[in-house]
Formats: sequence, structure tokens, C-alpha cells
Amino acid sequence: MLSRVAEATYWASRYIERAENTARLVRVNYHLLLDSPKGVSPGWQPLIQILGLETQFNKQFKAANERNVVRCLIGDLNNPNSIVSCLKSARENYRTIREIVPRSGWEKLNELFLFAKENAQSGITQRGRDDFLEGIISGSELINGLLSANMYRDEAWHFTRIGRNLERADMTTRIIDVRSVDMLEADDAYESRTIESVEWISILKSLSSYYNYRREVQVRVSKTPVLEFLFQDQQLPRSVLHCLFLVGQSVSQLANNEQPLNTLEQLQNRISRQNFEKLDQEKLHRFIDAIQLGIIGFHSSLQKQYFLPS
Amino acid sequence: MSIDLSDYDPGPFFDETLAGKNRARGYCKKLVNQFRKMDDEELAARQASADIAIKEMGITFTVYSEEEGNIDRNWPFDICPRIIPLSEWEKIEQGLKQRVQALNMFINDLYNEQKIIKDKVFPKEVLAESKNFRKQCIGIKPVRGVWAHICGSDLVRDTDGVMYVLEDNLRVPSGVSYMLENRQVTKRVFPELFESYSPLPVDDYPTLLHDMLASISPSRKKRPEVVVLTPGIFNSAYFEHAYLAHQMGAELVEGRDLFVDKDDCVYMRTVKGPQRVDAIYRRIDDEFIDPEAFRKDSTLGVPGLMRAWKKGNVGLANAPGSGVADDKVVYAFVPDIIRYYLDEEPGIPNVPTYRCMYEDERKYVIANIDKLVIKPANESGGYGMLIGPRASKEERDTFVKLIKRNPRNYIAQPTLGISTVPTVVGTKLEPRHVDLRPFILSGKQVSVTTGGLTRVALRKGSLVVNSSQGGGSKDTWIVQDKGN
Repeated sequence: MLSRVAEATYWASRYIERAENTARLVRVNYHLLLDSPKGVSPGWQPLIQILGLETQFNKQFKAANERNVVRCLIGDLNNPNSIVSCLKSARENYRTIREIVPRSGWEKLNELFLFAKENAQSGITQRGRDDFLEGIISGSELINGLLSANMYRDEAWHFTRIGRNLERADMTTRIIDVRSVDMLEADDAYESRTIESVEWISILKSLSSYYNYRREVQVRVSKTPVLEFLFQDQQLPRSVLHCLFLVGQSVSQLANNEQPLNTLEQLQNRISRQNFEKLDQEKLHRFIDAIQLGIIGFHSSLQKQYFLPS
Repeated sequence: MSIDLSDYDPGPFFDETLAGKNRARGYCKKLVNQFRKMDDEELAARQASADIAIKEMGITFTVYSEEEGNIDRNWPFDICPRIIPLSEWEKIEQGLKQRVQALNMFINDLYNEQKIIKDKVFPKEVLAESKNFRKQCIGIKPVRGVWAHICGSDLVRDTDGVMYVLEDNLRVPSGVSYMLENRQVTKRVFPELFESYSPLPVDDYPTLLHDMLASISPSRKKRPEVVVLTPGIFNSAYFEHAYLAHQMGAELVEGRDLFVDKDDCVYMRTVKGPQRVDAIYRRIDDEFIDPEAFRKDSTLGVPGLMRAWKKGNVGLANAPGSGVADDKVVYAFVPDIIRYYLDEEPGIPNVPTYRCMYEDERKYVIANIDKLVIKPANESGGYGMLIGPRASKEERDTFVKLIKRNPRNYIAQPTLGISTVPTVVGTKLEPRHVDLRPFILSGKQVSVTTGGLTRVALRKGSLVVNSSQGGGSKDTWIVQDKGN
């Protein structure tokens, strides 16, 4: 398989996953906001930080208020990571690999892109938001399902799977980060325990993991068990470790995989070893940063081994 | 109400389907009868189902728009096929083979001995002014002396019923994928016609193309690595590049996928490491294929490709420099070129062309400028042309001055009344002008597509068949006419 084609396959799949998870991120923040009592509001600024969009955002917008942040994350074509931009990039990558991916996958992606473009405006409003975000999430899930059901298990499939799961691992850490950044600013209010619980439930729900947690973990929803569940659980589809496990499965099917596999293993070990009891918000935030850097490092090793030299 | 052709009037033009008022040509009778059995609604419904098929099959061409960037448009297609009887086609086919063979000998001669110039059949001044002569190619002798492996020649039929060659495209001719897809669409929307006719099949083209490309590979491998080199998704013919690669089972590569190593061989970058490439069907213009040899600012090409090709380490189709024979002044010499190399008379005539560089021809042009089309040699796309019958006195006088100042830069041709074919317009059939582009492959053997791509000017009275300017296309049928 051509390096360029491998890279396009990988990025198409990362971009679709990024669009979906950005939708999840906006949704969790929005719901947190609805649940929070006045004064402990998580605000919208953290989202910009979490996605590393400060420079981009500040160039265009004055205030990090709800409207501006949501606009930037949903439909802004100047933001390369907005939902519409991600789907556009996914589509551009797909265009070069149309003969490799199932036709139905291309058609659904086209539909999803058009849906996003046409409805971005209503997604900015509070009333239209849930429908818009739900449309993006279920559209991405549909594409994933189509590809899983129909793709031949060759290199194209493995790069699709690597891209999707790496992005998912990365975005799971960012969605958890919403919570850690927020708490940096909150003080120990009387209600904080309840609020904390509500907030973690919200995060679990946004990762479609709440009922799994209820069934598997069964203890009260609180920081440590939730973090263990979302980072280390072996069976949870969106847990960081599980995603990386799937990445590893696919990498081991590729030729010349020694370097990427080593990098991946180090990252997995770092996560398995972590004790979450001891992490205060500040340290959690730094841990998340370290994992994100690890993911970037793994991407670089893939880039070096398999993709076109830039 | 059934389809009625009694109002159908092609005017002074030759109609490919009807020989006279409401009278089908012998080999078109069954087609016309089929239409007579339909009513208005059915005709429109068939056309609509063809449009849907094209959308579903994803047959597109790319146009650039300021607002949306590059967009894929559905390929415009008309359901009424254009029929050519086999007896006529066999002669055209022979004529095309002869023409391409002579053109290849001519190109090979120009880059080597230049005998045709020494023998004063082809003036060296014309070569000196040729934009597409590549001095980087001097002294190169590609396998079997073939330069233009894929040629697309445009044919038109004038009011006299004679088929003429209008031009030869020897650089990167496109359209063959649409010829193949048009047949698929017709089979879907007009299956019953295939019961009464058996048009000769067209779908062996990808196999022939692959065989030809394999035949120019310098390696003796059983399965040489053949690739299609595209400028990328923004190119208007990207659909065709992807289509042909897919049909041949070849990799579709961009310049950045390839590199030339220290051993002067070409490799493609794959996830398993570098992989040797043996033959390249390049769909990038000469000037852009190798920044070391041609335009340094090209990012589409492969640095060192010319080096690898000169060393005989890779086959290139078409060979760089083939475009020298695809030039309006050279065109005027093609009949002489055929006679010179093959000692035969041309099988298909050129459109009569007056070369202003010769005094007697120039005098004729100036005296008859109101009847002629004047074309500058080094322009394409219709720029700098004068259409005599439609020009004002001032415009004509300006051109007379231009011709006198630089006679070598101008040729003149009579205006042509190109033929028509019934075409669906709403719920009726109306005459629309067509041309025909067959494709000729030259490798070990020379082969011609069965028919070719018929392009049709969909606007009433228009002669512009280009898809970016309101042109469409038709399936082209070669049918047995003996016994009909």
C-alpha cells in the first residue's frame, strides 16, 4: 500500500472520530452547565484550552462566551478542528482513496458533511444544539459501523482502525480534562460532593459509558473509580487503554512495526501504572498532558515508519 | 403521443442518424423505430434514469468554482447513441493507425536524425518555433521508437459527409473513461436495443492499455509494476485517472509517492518500504513531470524522472516531447508526413489547411479571409482566432496585417458544418452537433478503440462540445451494416 494512501486513510478516520468527539465534548460541557448551580459554572473557556485552540480562537473572537466557543467548535471553517472542518478534511482525504474504502462509507461521509454544513447555524443555538450534536455522533457511528462491517482486513483497514482508536484515546483524555480544568477554579463549596458526582456522571454519559460503569464498577460515581474506568478498563470501548490495545492489534499486522510498537508499549505501561487515588486536579491535568504527548509521540513513530516524509 | 421525427430538421448539416426527412439511415432504422415506439414521457423518463445511473455510478468530472473550491459534476450524457457502420469504421481505423504510426516516426526522427528536415519535406523554421519541442529529449530512442503511446484524435464530419481529422492530441488526451462508462449506462437504460443490435464491445480498453504499458517496461519481470501518475484530486480528469488505475489494477500515484534513487531507478513509497516502478502512465504535462529537467517550481512531478527514463530504467507513456507533433502548423504537414515515412496516401483527410508561410497559400487566405477560420500556431483553447464569416471588416483587416507581419504563425481553414445526431431535449429529439475522439494505443501493436468518445454540443446551434462549456456525450456504436 502506498504511504500516501495509508496516511490519507489514517487521517480520514481520525478526522471523523475527532468530529464525533468534539460533538461529545460540547455536549458534556453544555450539560454540565445546565446541571451546575449558579456560581460553580464550568464556563466555556476550558474547551478552547483543552483542544489547544487558544491562538486560533483569540485571533477571531474577543470573549470566550458560550456563543463564540460553540460557534468556533461547530461550524467555523477558520478553525481546522471544528466539526465542519474535520468532516471537510475527512472528505478531502477520502476523495483520494475512494477506490479503497467501501462506496457506502464515502456516501455517508458526504451526507454527514452536508448535514453538518447545513445545520451548523442551528447547532449554535441552545434549542438546536442537541439535535445537531446527536446527528454528528450518530452519523460518525454509522460510518464506523459500515466500515467495520464491509472493509477487507488489509492494510487500509488497519490504518483506519489505528486512526480511529488513537483519536478516540486522545479525545477521551480531553473530555476528562474538561473536569480537571474546571475544578482548578472551583472552591470547596458545601455542595461540591454532589456536584462532583453529577459532573462525573455527565462525563461518563458523554462517553456513552455511564451504564457500563453502573454495571461493572457498581460503586458510587466519584473521581478515582471513574478515572480508573476511563483510563484503564480493558473492556470499555472508549477507555484509553482499550483504544490503545486496538491500535496495537492493528500495528502488529503491519510490516516493520518494531519502533511504533515499542513507543506504544511505553505509553500503555505509563497508563497501567498510574495510581489515581493520589492525583489532585493539578496532577491529573499534568498526567493527561503527558498521555497526550505520548500519543503525539506514537503518531510521529507511525509517520516516520509508514507515511510520506513531510 | 409517440416520438415523431417528422419535424426533425438538421438543416444543411449531415445527420448521422437520418438520411432525409423522417427517413432513417439503413443501419439506424431499428434505433429510430425504437424511438417511434416511445411516447414523450417515456423518452424523458429514460433520460432521467440515465442521469440517475450516472449519479449512482459516480461518473463525474471536476470543475473549479470560487465558492466551493473543486466540485465534482455529474457527467452529462445523452441516451441516443451515435451509430457508425462497421464498413466505414474499418477504413477510419486503418487511417488512424497509419496516421499515428507516421506521427511516431516523425517524432522519433525530429529527436534523432531529422531526416525529414534534411530532405526539405518539413521546414526547420517550423520546428524552431515549436513550443512543444523538448531539447532535453534529443538523442533519445524509446523502445520501438514509439513516443505517443496513447493518442486521441478528434474527427468531425463535414456537410459533404466526409470524416476529417481536426486535431491529434499526443500529450495527455482524456475522455476514454467516459467512453467506457457511457456504454455501461446505455446498457442499463436501453437494454432492449442490445437485443436488436450487437454493437461491438468497447470494454477491452483497460486490458489493452495495461498490456501496452507492460510492453514499454524495461524489466523482464512477469508482472511489471505499472502505475498511473496523476496531478491529484484537483485535476479536472482525476476521475479518469482513478478509473483507469482501478480498471487496470495499477496503483494511482502522485509525484510525491515516487522518487528516483541513486541507482537512477524509480521507486514508490509504500508502507512496506520502497518498491520499484517499471512503467508510468503519466497524466501530468511535460513541463511538470521533473523539476530537475523542466520547470523547477513544479511540485507535481518527480525529481530525476527524466534521468531514469533516459537511462532506460523506466517506461514513460507518453514520452516527454511527444507534443511536438500536436501543434497547429505541424498538423498542416501531416499528409506530407504520412507520404514521406510510409509512402502511402492518407486514409483520413485533414481539414484543408492553408499555411500562411507559403506565398501562394497566404495569397489565397488573404483573398478569402471572409470564408476562413484563422488560427495562430502557438495558441490553444480558441485564443487569438478569427472566424472570418462572423468577423467585421476591421477585424479582418487587422488579421491580414498580423498574417503579413508574421506569416509563419498563422494557418487558415474553411469553416466546417459538423454533423448532427438526434439528442433528447426535454421530451423531444433535436439535432445537435457532435465530434468523435477515438483513442489509438501504440505498443508492440497498434490498436484503436472501437468507436471512441462522441461529444455533443447540448446547446442549440452550438459547436462547442467541451464538457466544461455545456458539452455532453453519447455512447458510440460500431455496428455490422452488411445485410442491413
